[in-house]
Amino acid sequence: MSFEFQTAPPTGEVRVEDAVSFKELKKTPLYASRIKVYAKAVRGRFRRIKWAVLIALLGIYYIVPWLRWDRGPGVPDQALLIDMPSRRAYFFWFEIWPQEIYYLTFVLMLGAFGLFLATSIGGRVWCGFTCPQTVWTDLFMWVERRIEGDRGARIRLDKAPLSRTKILRKGTKHAAWLLIAALTGGAWIMYFNDAPTVTRAIVTGEASFAQYFFFGLFTLTTYLFAGFAREQVCTFMCPWPRFQAALLDQDSYVVTYERWRGEPRAPHKKGQSWEGRGDCIACNNCVAVCPMGIDIRDGLQLECIGCGLCVDACNDVMGRIGRPRELITLDTERNLQQRMQGLPSTTRIIRPRTLIYAAILLVIGSGVLIGLSTRSTVDINVLHDRNPLFVTLSDGGIRNGYTIKILNKSRTTQHFDLALRGIAGASFSVLGEEGEGSGAELAARPDTVTTYRVFVTVPRKLANHDGEHGEHHGDDEHEEAGVQRLTMVLTDRAGAAAERTTVFRRPD
Amino acid sequence: MATKVEKDAITGQDTTGHEWDGLKELNTPLPKWWLYVMYATIAFAVVWWVLYPSWPWFNTYFPGILHYSQRKALDERMAEAAAARSGYEKRLAAASLEQIASDPQLMAFAYAGGQAAFNDNCAPCHGLGGAGQGNYPSLADDSWLWGGTLDAIETTIKYGIRSGNPDARFNQMPAFGADKMLDQKQIDDVATYVLSLSGEAPAESKDQAAAVKSGGVIFAEQCAACHGDDGKGNQELGAPNLTDDIWLYGGTKADIVRQIYQPRQGVMPAWEGRLDPVTIKSLAIYVHALGGGQ
Repeated sequence: MSFEFQTAPPTGEVRVEDAVSFKELKKTPLYASRIKVYAKAVRGRFRRIKWAVLIALLGIYYIVPWLRWDRGPGVPDQALLIDMPSRRAYFFWFEIWPQEIYYLTFVLMLGAFGLFLATSIGGRVWCGFTCPQTVWTDLFMWVERRIEGDRGARIRLDKAPLSRTKILRKGTKHAAWLLIAALTGGAWIMYFNDAPTVTRAIVTGEASFAQYFFFGLFTLTTYLFAGFAREQVCTFMCPWPRFQAALLDQDSYVVTYERWRGEPRAPHKKGQSWEGRGDCIACNNCVAVCPMGIDIRDGLQLECIGCGLCVDACNDVMGRIGRPRELITLDTERNLQQRMQGLPSTTRIIRPRTLIYAAILLVIGSGVLIGLSTRSTVDINVLHDRNPLFVTLSDGGIRNGYTIKILNKSRTTQHFDLALRGIAGASFSVLGEEGEGSGAELAARPDTVTTYRVFVTVPRKLANHDGEHGEHHGDDEHEEAGVQRLTMVLTDRAGAAAERTTVFRRPD
Repeated sequence: MATKVEKDAITGQDTTGHEWDGLKELNTPLPKWWLYVMYATIAFAVVWWVLYPSWPWFNTYFPGILHYSQRKALDERMAEAAAARSGYEKRLAAASLEQIASDPQLMAFAYAGGQAAFNDNCAPCHGLGGAGQGNYPSLADDSWLWGGTLDAIETTIKYGIRSGNPDARFNQMPAFGADKMLDQKQIDDVATYVLSLSGEAPAESKDQAAAVKSGGVIFAEQCAACHGDDGKGNQELGAPNLTDDIWLYGGTKADIVRQIYQPRQGVMPAWEGRLDPVTIKSLAIYVHALGGGQ
């Protein structure tokens, strides 16, 4: 058995209700106007978890830019800062240069596989609890509820003619939303600028155009996405719901309705018998609380973000009418079948799918950690000149030019001794340094790339001598004519040597 | 024109009133979002007309109330860039070439500026990186016609070679053959002698030895005044060193004979007046740093 998105309830069931999920309005054309969702307030286990997650995540988002981290003088002391103008990203202990942007790839992979793992275990927990779209929509809905009242009051307010109260209520709500949106956009730019400085600049009107632009952009998107677009972002804009089904299996925990126990559903008056009918009293509270505007009793569907608020709503009702709770529950497809047959529930969190995702996560995660912890603070590049490839000197010797770039990520000047290997009789000089010979000291300035021009000269009798084919590179039969291999050895003060192999060219 | 709008029974949509082979086309309205986007673009265009240069007129155009002009914007950006450079440029203008070369910061700035100016102005003849090409000398080697010190390079760039500038580098090698100063045999002997100077002596034979000997006598009479008794040339006169491995117009005997018969004389323009003094200084620094600077 596999999961399928049901677009309509199975036929053959007759029911009479007035609150309907918008899916049941079957006349849906290719384009349909949004049917506004008035989510009702609910109390319960999942609601409490959602509040806790919301507070924790918003706390992290707003507080992290203000954390300080001492890196010494002349360096930003913000713990997490992506400094675009000076091309540095600071993450607590780590300082990432643009050359190391590939770490971002691994972080994205970690995110992707983390999401796969979480989904295969717990369904769309990411969507229902931690996705920024969900968190901010939740926050905006809370504000809306405080100002305009709960579901019924909001529906009445929207239907009411324009009045001073309505304008006041709506105005207050939008003002509050815009304030939250502005704080959100404001916090965003703090990740890219020194938080105290940029806050002062924004307030005093001294911030740059880019700062105001992104501040405005993220204020606007927050306001639109959390205030208006809401569930449409999940249903129409986000790719995630489209392939979540591929990550679920019979052992994934998803929000499900125990159809076998609930049907046939019908309204129930106190004192009536429960014989011959299901536990569902068709109160439609599960639909009313759903932020996505769907009916979970239709089965697992594309729109469901797995937030579990319908579970809370139904449990509340079941408790009040004295029927067993968890008619709508977080459960697996397999358990649903088993309990229908009166068998006990089983939990299989560890299964090939989750093991594979976890293993991939572990491999990438440890790879990134090893990479970051053993990351060298110096990077050396040797570039052979393209113009000219070689220069013939007046005494018949051949000279090649090279550019050595030493990338020093540390805060102190690093010194290197340069030596050549691979061509007998080769000597070199460094532009701007005195003397010519077989050894030189190169200083790499801190926190930048230092460039040296190096000229390597091979005297005439050696340059025209093809002996190197027999002596050093006899093993390399495919060596191009007129090209010799040359190795530059840079030894630092600690004695660690970095070798870069390049070429030495001469006339064919 | 259809006088009566017909409604399609199934969709309830108006038809266009046209019929092809029994098929009627529905007159489906444009999607609303599409229509609104089009209205928005129209509104945008109107705003644009007012703000930016738009309507042409016979010999002018409406400049828009913002008076925006790409040319002006470019000028502003160039002025900004010039202002950003001006600090260094003032220091370059005040410093001597030796002072620039000994100050790593100034040196880096002059090198970068010199490279840009070189690629724009010098590379068409001298090649990228001063590699030289054809009969244009390499600037990256250690052989200099007119001197390879910073000052000598700057002078050459400033006034050029045979450029017509009163301070230009100038010399003229006589056309020994074309002007009948030497006969063919004499030219041949001198060429043989010159080749022997750089160690490229042809195989020993009686004839060759005799040619070297007679060529040597002619060289001493006709050539040594400029190229020196030993053939090592004279940078004061721009006379090339004939004993080394670098031949501007070719190092085979035929090339040398041709050069003695009817010499080619390269011309380099004077850059003073075309390039500002700071750029010329930067060029001198860059060329000196190509590898052959003395």
